[in-house]
Amino acid sequence: MEALANNLQVLFQGLALGSIYALVSLGFVLIIRATNVVNFAQGDFAMLGAYIMVACLTGAGAPYWLAFVLALLAMAAFGLLFNFGVYYPLRHRSFLPVLISTLGASIFMQNTVLAIFGAQPRAMEKVLNFDGLHVGGVFLDSQYLVILAVTMVMVAFQYFFFEHTLVGKKLQATSQDKDMARLLGIPVALMIAITFLYSATLGGLAGVLVGPILFVSIGMGSIIALKAFAATIIGGFGDVKGAIVGGLFIGVVESFAAYYISVPYKDAYAFLMLFLVLIFRPQGFFGEKVSEKA
Amino acid sequence: MSAREAKAAAAQRGRFSPWAVVVLVVAVALPVVPFVAGVSHFVLSIFMQATTYAIAVLGMVVVLGYTGQINLAQAAFFGFGAYGLALGTAAYGLPFWISLAIGVGTAAVAGGILGLTTIRLGGHYLAMITISFQQIFDLVAVNWIEVTHGPDGIPGIPRPSVFGYALTDDRAYLLLCTLVMYLLIAAVWWLPHTRLGRAMRGVRENELAAEVVGVHTLRVKVTAFVLSAALGGIGGALYAGGFAYISPDNFNFNRAIEFLSMALLGGAQSPFGGALGTTLLILLPEWLKEMPRALQFIKDVYLAIYGLAVILIMVFMPEGIWGLLKNAWARARKAPPAPQVLRVKPLDLDIRITESTPMLRLEGLQKHFGGLRAVDGVDIEVRRGTVHALIGPNGSGKTTTLNVVNGIYKPTAGKILIDGDDVTPKSPHERAAHGAGRTFQNIRLFPTMTALENVIVGAQRDNNPIEPGHQALRNRALSALQFVGLADKAETAVRNLPYGHQRLVEIARALAGHPKLLLLDEPAAGLNQTEKMELVELLKRLREGHGLTIFLIDHDMGLVEKVSDRITVLNFGKKIAEGTPEEVLRHPDVIAAYLGEPGHATA
Repeated sequence: MEALANNLQVLFQGLALGSIYALVSLGFVLIIRATNVVNFAQGDFAMLGAYIMVACLTGAGAPYWLAFVLALLAMAAFGLLFNFGVYYPLRHRSFLPVLISTLGASIFMQNTVLAIFGAQPRAMEKVLNFDGLHVGGVFLDSQYLVILAVTMVMVAFQYFFFEHTLVGKKLQATSQDKDMARLLGIPVALMIAITFLYSATLGGLAGVLVGPILFVSIGMGSIIALKAFAATIIGGFGDVKGAIVGGLFIGVVESFAAYYISVPYKDAYAFLMLFLVLIFRPQGFFGEKVSEKA
Repeated sequence: MSAREAKAAAAQRGRFSPWAVVVLVVAVALPVVPFVAGVSHFVLSIFMQATTYAIAVLGMVVVLGYTGQINLAQAAFFGFGAYGLALGTAAYGLPFWISLAIGVGTAAVAGGILGLTTIRLGGHYLAMITISFQQIFDLVAVNWIEVTHGPDGIPGIPRPSVFGYALTDDRAYLLLCTLVMYLLIAAVWWLPHTRLGRAMRGVRENELAAEVVGVHTLRVKVTAFVLSAALGGIGGALYAGGFAYISPDNFNFNRAIEFLSMALLGGAQSPFGGALGTTLLILLPEWLKEMPRALQFIKDVYLAIYGLAVILIMVFMPEGIWGLLKNAWARARKAPPAPQVLRVKPLDLDIRITESTPMLRLEGLQKHFGGLRAVDGVDIEVRRGTVHALIGPNGSGKTTTLNVVNGIYKPTAGKILIDGDDVTPKSPHERAAHGAGRTFQNIRLFPTMTALENVIVGAQRDNNPIEPGHQALRNRALSALQFVGLADKAETAVRNLPYGHQRLVEIARALAGHPKLLLLDEPAAGLNQTEKMELVELLKRLREGHGLTIFLIDHDMGLVEKVSDRITVLNFGKKIAEGTPEEVLRHPDVIAAYLGEPGHATA
């Protein structure tokens, strides 16, 4: 009975962490679909969002909800800046310069934040001011519950937005065939800018949600991004459903492996899963096999 | 290059350029200066760092600059070399050179394994895989304390003796490092002029085209990773010997990013660029310390500046500082003379026809994409020494068929026989080695390489019946360029050639491999009337008496009718007609398929 409760506890934590990976992974997928490039600063969106929230809370003394909103707004603006500074000048080049450019942005963001806030990790309060619920032998931490709930809302919102709004449809068209979209009068550059805005906001959201659990640190983004990227590949490169399932999968596997095998290597399990998937099912869970067209 | 030719080339370049003399003098002076002038221990250690890092950055030049594969694990390879040396000597008491060999060997093996992941995964995956690898290396170095000594690191790493002379003096050890670095710079500089180096650049410029013209792209990528890792390992081992102490934070992801930035800043496509970038980025923080107090904050944010610099380099100088210098130098200099075309031998294209079996046979060929049956059970026989055209409306499965024939796609069902051999399971480069040459509808050349280099890559396919050696490859390529009338453009980078010429270079590249079977995917696409007529003449010259078999796709019926012996018509992935041009072009089903006339069901 106790073993079952323990396992449920681990599962719950895994799903909550996995939700964070899924949010960041969604950001990856949207940018991949819009630009065919992986944004290596995606995780640092989470880091930056969390630091902005910390700055609003402790620096400016803003109330929690205001800090939350300000952090997301700041990240939306940052997404636009990122689009014009990092992606747009290189949009006609092959993927490698763009990839390296986003990598440069990642280094820049981390070290700028480091210079401002210092290396000491910051603590952040939970969203709700109660600790959590005991259900059976399982402790449901309130922050984990919030993460799960917000992730579900975001997934639903994204589905609605992409399938049932005009902007969403235009975004989809852009991601499927830029030239055709352009011919149809869709402002492709604007659509890509919106994609960066939305992805940065999603990343920021993941950051402010996970902050109370992991501590806010310079390196938090890299670790989350690596796992989210693993989730992106495991789910099927560029597949929205795959990003979510992949994220949850990584979170759960990681929690169980940390519980049953070893904690110091916690961060290595995602990569192990990634290698296994790449060897046995390289197109991921939902991806289709594609080869380059001649 | 033969000695005589090398000499001639040097003479052409104006004997000694003053720059070369300056570089040479500085290179010789650098390691000697410390022996003559008094140099502090601190300065020596900076130089030691610069030389050993530069060796690791040379690895980045090979894998990223030459081969176009992203590698974000160079610090891990650097670490393998360093830990190999440190553990071998300090923990297990092995001799220096044996420990170094173990470290470098381990790095090379790890590099090979990482390179193997490119079987299926390029681009982004590779970036992520190498980052993961780098992170795992760091985790293991920190946590596997029994072996790596964990975060405390390993002290007391000894230095070697050379010819009985112990290199305990920093100046002597620095001399060793510098000499090794010079040697490796020379080797990396020479690499692009070799078969392997050209193949690497081909992979970087257009991997699919490289594979199709006969480059074993996977082997080339794995080799690039092995070389890169080995260079990282050598750098790391020398670093460990130089500083006598290592700990995991010398080999983490930040270090990998530094190596990347160094290569990009200096110019990843040249070993000189790599060395220059390394020197600058190592000296920069030291110079910053000398700056006025108001600017002191810069040294706290220098990594942020690296990041910003990486973006700016990508946007404003993608070839790095060395690239800028080189381009300025090239502009200042006169254009290189065109090679002597008078003595170019005519191109030997002859294929002896001894059998009556078809050169190409497709049996029940199917290729499905999900539910789409792009090719749906096609049988075609292409007779030896004929020109066979495959036509059909858009989306009828022509290009898919061609892609299955040369191995870009694996068929869903059916068999492909080239010259009587079943090549169905073989990869494109194996089919090229079997004598299948190809061009693409949307031209796929190696844009920054010269026309000659492009064609040499085609000539260097396995089993090409030419003499061994570079001179034969070069002659073959020049003959092929001569055949298409572009020998005078041999030294021009193909991206600077007009479209029509690019098509011809692509055909020359395929011909240089002495194909038995030439696959042409819409060779007339995008050509104007004059160019089309020239193409028809070229195709006629190709079919006359050489025994070459040509299988081509085109939409220009005039061209197809003029050059083809037989025509096969596809519609909706199925064969609807076959025969001589006269028969086929009057066939009612064919007319219906093209004009959509009602009453002629084609399915």
